[in-house]
Amino acid sequence: MIFKSLLRACLACLFLSLCTPAFAQADSKALLDSLADANFKQAEEIVGQLAASGDPRVVPALEAFAEGDLYARKSDDAVFITQAAGSKLALIDPLSGESAGEVAKGAMSKIRVNNNLRRVIRSALGGLTLLSPDRNTRLQAASAVLASPSAENLDLVEAALERETDPEVKARMVEARAVSLLSSDRPPEAKREAIETIASLGGRNAIGILMSSAGTLDPSLQEDLDAAIARLESKLAFWDMAQNVWYGVSLGSVLLLAAIGLAITFGVMGIINMAHGEMVMLGAYSTFVVQDVIRSNAPQLFDWSLPIALPVAFLVTALVGLAIERGVIRFLYGRPLETLLATWGISLILQQAIRSIFGPTNQEVGNPSWMSGSFALGGMTVTWNRMWIIVFSLTIFFALLALMKRSAFGLQMRAVTQNRRMASSMGIRTPWVDAFTFALGSGIAGIAGVALSQIDNVSPNLGQSYIIDSFMVVVFGGVGNLWGTLVGALTLGVLNKFLEPSVGAVLGKILVLVLIILFIQKRPRGLFALKGRAVEA
Amino acid sequence: MITGFIFRALDGKIVAAIGILLAAGILVPALNLLVPPDSAFHIPTYAMSLMGKYLCYALLALALDLVWGYCGILSLGHGAFFALGGYAMGMYLMRQIGSRGVYGNPLLPDFMVFLNWQELPWFWYGFDMFPFAMLMVLVVPGLLAFLFGWFAFRSRVNGVYLSIITQAMTYALMLAFFRNDMGFGGNNGLTDYKDILGFSVQADGTRAVLFALSALMLSLCLLIASAIVRSKFGKVLVGVRDAESRVRFLGFRVENIKLFTFVVSAMMAGIAGALFVPQVGIINPGEFAPANSIEVVVWTAVGGRGTLIGPIIGAILVNAGKSFFTGAFPEFWLYALGGLFIAVTLFLPKGIVGTIQHGWNGRKAMKAAADREKGRDDTVLPQAAE
Repeated sequence: MIFKSLLRACLACLFLSLCTPAFAQADSKALLDSLADANFKQAEEIVGQLAASGDPRVVPALEAFAEGDLYARKSDDAVFITQAAGSKLALIDPLSGESAGEVAKGAMSKIRVNNNLRRVIRSALGGLTLLSPDRNTRLQAASAVLASPSAENLDLVEAALERETDPEVKARMVEARAVSLLSSDRPPEAKREAIETIASLGGRNAIGILMSSAGTLDPSLQEDLDAAIARLESKLAFWDMAQNVWYGVSLGSVLLLAAIGLAITFGVMGIINMAHGEMVMLGAYSTFVVQDVIRSNAPQLFDWSLPIALPVAFLVTALVGLAIERGVIRFLYGRPLETLLATWGISLILQQAIRSIFGPTNQEVGNPSWMSGSFALGGMTVTWNRMWIIVFSLTIFFALLALMKRSAFGLQMRAVTQNRRMASSMGIRTPWVDAFTFALGSGIAGIAGVALSQIDNVSPNLGQSYIIDSFMVVVFGGVGNLWGTLVGALTLGVLNKFLEPSVGAVLGKILVLVLIILFIQKRPRGLFALKGRAVEA
Repeated sequence: MITGFIFRALDGKIVAAIGILLAAGILVPALNLLVPPDSAFHIPTYAMSLMGKYLCYALLALALDLVWGYCGILSLGHGAFFALGGYAMGMYLMRQIGSRGVYGNPLLPDFMVFLNWQELPWFWYGFDMFPFAMLMVLVVPGLLAFLFGWFAFRSRVNGVYLSIITQAMTYALMLAFFRNDMGFGGNNGLTDYKDILGFSVQADGTRAVLFALSALMLSLCLLIASAIVRSKFGKVLVGVRDAESRVRFLGFRVENIKLFTFVVSAMMAGIAGALFVPQVGIINPGEFAPANSIEVVVWTAVGGRGTLIGPIIGAILVNAGKSFFTGAFPEFWLYALGGLFIAVTLFLPKGIVGTIQHGWNGRKAMKAAADREKGRDDTVLPQAAE
């Protein structure tokens, strides 16, 4: 209680000391007019007094002053806000906002403003608008004070705080008050409390505010200050780490999406499908076409464009995959290196075909509203599109896993992989299983393309950028094992993002490639190697 | 012993191929330099440089054939060795520019001045000396191949896995060379050469010598490759290709055999790159692109792998086709190349030369059978050679 009354006494003192007697009774108009022949230093004082008056009518005049639109009439030093009107200036009364006619430019002299003055004006405005009747204006003003703390605002903030009823604005004002208080000459106890309030804000800004006041504070507070900064920094380091992991998981999910189709065609069937990247590209282009049709026919469905594009992309790429398997690959079973060459040829043809049809430039694929924007989670930002892509890739992964492990088709697929001749003699139509497995792998690449169209450029080269990464993921994770692909993709993603800050993006990627090459020397069959007879097949 | 080694290399086809190459190496420069430009027989300099480029590609394809056709290692990273040899040559040519660069710095190449570098990085030392640079053309690709092969072959990484990691290798190198900090000119690579051993790289005479050298080096490498293949070592090599485990069980050190072949092949690729750069006038990180290396595989496959002469024919044919298509119908080149990949693997797995040889052997076998029929000799038909 005693503390509070002390504070109030201080406040009153400060208020009085700020308002010099000569101007105490002067109204805003006189103050404004005195700007006419003030130098920068005096102008700063006058702005401070205008701010202290708490008169909301001076806001437009101050704004105009900061913009350099405030002029004084040479004849009587009256100050006006002006607007250029041809060769003349239109005058506006600074307080009432009413028009006051036009005069020739020569009759007015500009009230000059420099950067220092602009800052003073900005903080004065911040203080003034704290009392505005509009809630959002007050919130903005409190944020402005928070961003550029100065002791001069303290009284205004406190005055505004007493009147404030809105809880959100109030909370912001409490923070603004703490920030302003730190640079004022209040007693150490008040400052200690302020440090706590600022520390609870968190983030880099809070550290900056505390750091900047480190030298100016009372020595007894130094310990609190250091502790608060250390606490904030460790918290920040934690969230940085979390953010890094998140980026890594996000990159890993992209890799997983690109690689999961390959895990089937390469991992399960042993086909080196170099056209895999082009399947991803076809999926992305399917999305583009679907969005194009929706835009011109039913724009209200745009938010549904991705769910619509999914089955379309799956069908398109699965059919292309089926055609490739029946037309080329089935003649090459047992000759993996030849398959590699033939599918590379197919990838060249597909790329050129897309280039001929859609042109070589990037196509615009829009984000539906639920894919754009971001939200904050603790101290990190999470964009919705990354979030959905992680969810999507995991969904696909588990759906595929269920298909492989729980369905009749999956059983046949695994049987054919493990022992083709035995499976055939049990009555499984192995050519059909081959064709549909390849179509499934291609179709999954297609729906991966739908997701990747949201975060990458949709161009004929889209697939090329993923093909090497996808092979790395599958080989690293272990061929023939879906879990290996998941673990491989996430590991490589996180590893990449952790190397990036210290060595840069490109070098990080090179290091990851080199690490994979070395890793394969150590474990030629990947992380999760198949055991038993299948290895030699 | 050496003469015996070389002598065995010379069967009829190799002699003919070397003869044609050497004749071209003399004839083309002669037609360029001695025949007046208005004559119908004159070969313009750009055409000669283009043919020189094809010969370099042919040498690269020959190098690949040695490892793929005879040792069964499908390298998707041979472009990396080619580019490294090219960079070694490019570095020599850059140092020869001296103070004639745009910035006139006597020591630093232009791009280093542009990046504000104060002194020459250590790995650029010595490249002002031609013999050292030529040594590096062999040593750098050879060393990379040695290190890579040492790890890969010892841990028995083979087949598809090896192909994929060779591809990763060239991809990683491409990313690395694109970086400005690497000190190899980044994106733009090394270009704007002035002279080589004191002769202007633009002059017709220099171009003619470079062409003749390309033909000569190709003949020489063909001879070496043929000697390797036809030696006892070559028989083991084919054994490794066809039944690696069996060769290992017979007591051969398979990894050393592979490593030797891989290193020799990488050095040949390096020579090809070194001859390529002065004729084309530029080397940039694009040469490391995985797609380039795969294209080399197609040249080899088209010509016929495991034939040594096939890859040379394949490289020249495909590249001549590329020059024609990209000039006449640029849209269709990728269709044609893609179609070629598929057609060759499906219908012509032995390649052009392989198919002709097969047909030839088949005809010989039939003829022999007919002869035996006449002579009423009914022993079992000898099988046509693969």
